[in-house]
Amino acid sequence: MQKITREALIEKAAALLSEGKVDRVLGWKSGEFSYDVTPAIFNNVEEMQKDFVYGDFSGANFSKYLVKETKKDGKVLIFLKPCDTYSFNQLLTEHRFDREKVYAVGIPCDGMIDENKIKQAVGDGILSIVSESETVKVETLYDGVKELNRADVFSERCLNCKSKKHVAYDELIGEDGLVLDSNRFDEVAKLEKMTADERFAFWQNELSRCIRCNACRDICPACTCEKCVFDNPNSGVENKAAANSFEEKMFHIIRAFHVAGRCTDCGECSRVCPQHIPLHLLNRKFIKDINTFYGDYQAGAEVGSRAPLVNYTKEDIEPSEAVNRGDE
Amino acid sequence: MRKCSLSNSTALFNKIAENATLYIPVDLEKGRVAYKKYADGMKMSDALKTDRSAKDFFFPQTENLMEFKTEGKSIEIIDNRSEAEDFVVFGVRACDVKSLEVLDKVFLAEPVDSYYKNRREHGVIVSMACTRPTETCFCGTFGIDASAPKGDIECYKTDDAFYFNAVTEKGEALLAKLDGVTESSDEKAVNEQKEQIKKVLDKLPLKDLKADEFGADKTDKFFNSPEWKNLSEACLGCGTCTFVCPTCQCYDIKDFKTNKGVQRFRCWDSCMYSDFTKMSAGQPRLTQMERFRQRFMHKLVYFPTNNDGMFSCVGCGRCVAKCPISMNIVKVMKTLGGKNND
Repeated sequence: MQKITREALIEKAAALLSEGKVDRVLGWKSGEFSYDVTPAIFNNVEEMQKDFVYGDFSGANFSKYLVKETKKDGKVLIFLKPCDTYSFNQLLTEHRFDREKVYAVGIPCDGMIDENKIKQAVGDGILSIVSESETVKVETLYDGVKELNRADVFSERCLNCKSKKHVAYDELIGEDGLVLDSNRFDEVAKLEKMTADERFAFWQNELSRCIRCNACRDICPACTCEKCVFDNPNSGVENKAAANSFEEKMFHIIRAFHVAGRCTDCGECSRVCPQHIPLHLLNRKFIKDINTFYGDYQAGAEVGSRAPLVNYTKEDIEPSEAVNRGDE
Repeated sequence: MRKCSLSNSTALFNKIAENATLYIPVDLEKGRVAYKKYADGMKMSDALKTDRSAKDFFFPQTENLMEFKTEGKSIEIIDNRSEAEDFVVFGVRACDVKSLEVLDKVFLAEPVDSYYKNRREHGVIVSMACTRPTETCFCGTFGIDASAPKGDIECYKTDDAFYFNAVTEKGEALLAKLDGVTESSDEKAVNEQKEQIKKVLDKLPLKDLKADEFGADKTDKFFNSPEWKNLSEACLGCGTCTFVCPTCQCYDIKDFKTNKGVQRFRCWDSCMYSDFTKMSAGQPRLTQMERFRQRFMHKLVYFPTNNDGMFSCVGCGRCVAKCPISMNIVKVMKTLGGKNND
């Protein structure tokens, strides 16, 4: 469960709405089940009282919606979990939305749950999920109530949480946390230790399941091109379906290159992939390499920073060094 | 009715695979389930649904249609179709069986899609009743009975045996070939299972979802509903719902330049995409709201209008489970469907 309650957030929104500081609220809306939370716009407190929810399934990162939202009139209230704030800053750095039209409230996050892990653990027929501080109680159609450890069903990005610190907000609810020492590069290190053939086989297996729904791109806060080359019939590389195993890889690798240095590692790509491809590992490889070559860098940690890949210093690694390193 | 003990299932699968390529659902790592080409001893998954539906066997995501070879100023058109091999898909659930009926309406109507027809004629569907439907299931909404899954052969799996009933001639022919590995049986165990399934279906959270408000000739009623705006507000415009859907059938035809000429292929397309049905005047649906509306109107209104009232949703629930923003046809129906769905 989240320590901050839904009621506390509604109360905050109600105050901001009545003071006229915001005109609408971007928030999580409850669904049919315990876990199918939808991003939605709430125009008043009544709508929030009816359907607004903040809980273990409020994982969606709303930063990218600001590109669209700030083109509308009026001011929007957005709730930002710590990791969302990095995307928020990165989008601001890239001048992708109008900061004046946003009121950002930082809210604490106690980790989000991956409903797929619950489904895997308890099987079919989930009737309700009640999350407590350490445990998750799942009522099922076939096997009664099953109790799981909350940490066992955390989403991958929360297991490897990189920061509980908010790097952007107008106002903060609750106490701010710290940047954490996460183990998020462990999986990448494992892949690096593989032989080239093993690594190829790993990605071949993962990417062969891709159905080119483009959900990874469409949810990605770093993917805000108005027209993606892969959607543009005039680009020459428009690519509606992977026609062969080369194209399967091409899309994801090109996308990883395109967001390199800008990806904050928010993990939305892997969260939404209907085929459960661990796409975040591609991005983390870039982040890890950037850290190695140029010193630790976290995209979105501050607004306006010059990322290593778009900057030049005399200390920069020579391209030949980086290339040779790949031969090792 | 024929019966095959589960302890004998390898012999059963081997027998089927003698005469045709057999595909069975298989458990993969991390809870993934997919149809795989059967090899001796392979274990069938008991999972409710494969991640991708049986649609892929008949309407694959990409498919070569023809080739053009150019030499000097002459062009040769090569029909690179080949007769499909005989194949059997085992363990198809009632919803996915019904989805083929929906696809038949599209691809087997004039002008007949000969690529689809070729596969359909060579494929045999062995269905499977659902003993453990899940919370995202709502096939009953569209009149589908998970305890009577149809297909060419209807199959029931109990704790100790498979039970088979041939439904079509194709099914009878296949079942006759399995005489050596099956035995005659009464219907007692199957009837008990059907009763049990009915009880479970009655406990599903979406059991009361009604489609009555929708259907043929309801375009005017829903097209201009103000609700579309809110429903589509957060839609990413990705193609997940359309690509996991067993009935979505839109495709694009594209040319791929090879060294020797041109390969013409078709691939799935999605009405959710900004470049869908792009024509000289542009994409006819300029906003995501219009694209979003198109998908649900097609399933619930346009398709029934053109196909004697048949809905083109089968309630499999894949989109419900997979949509990145958890918006789906159930929420659309509950929002638009009036007090029937309160």
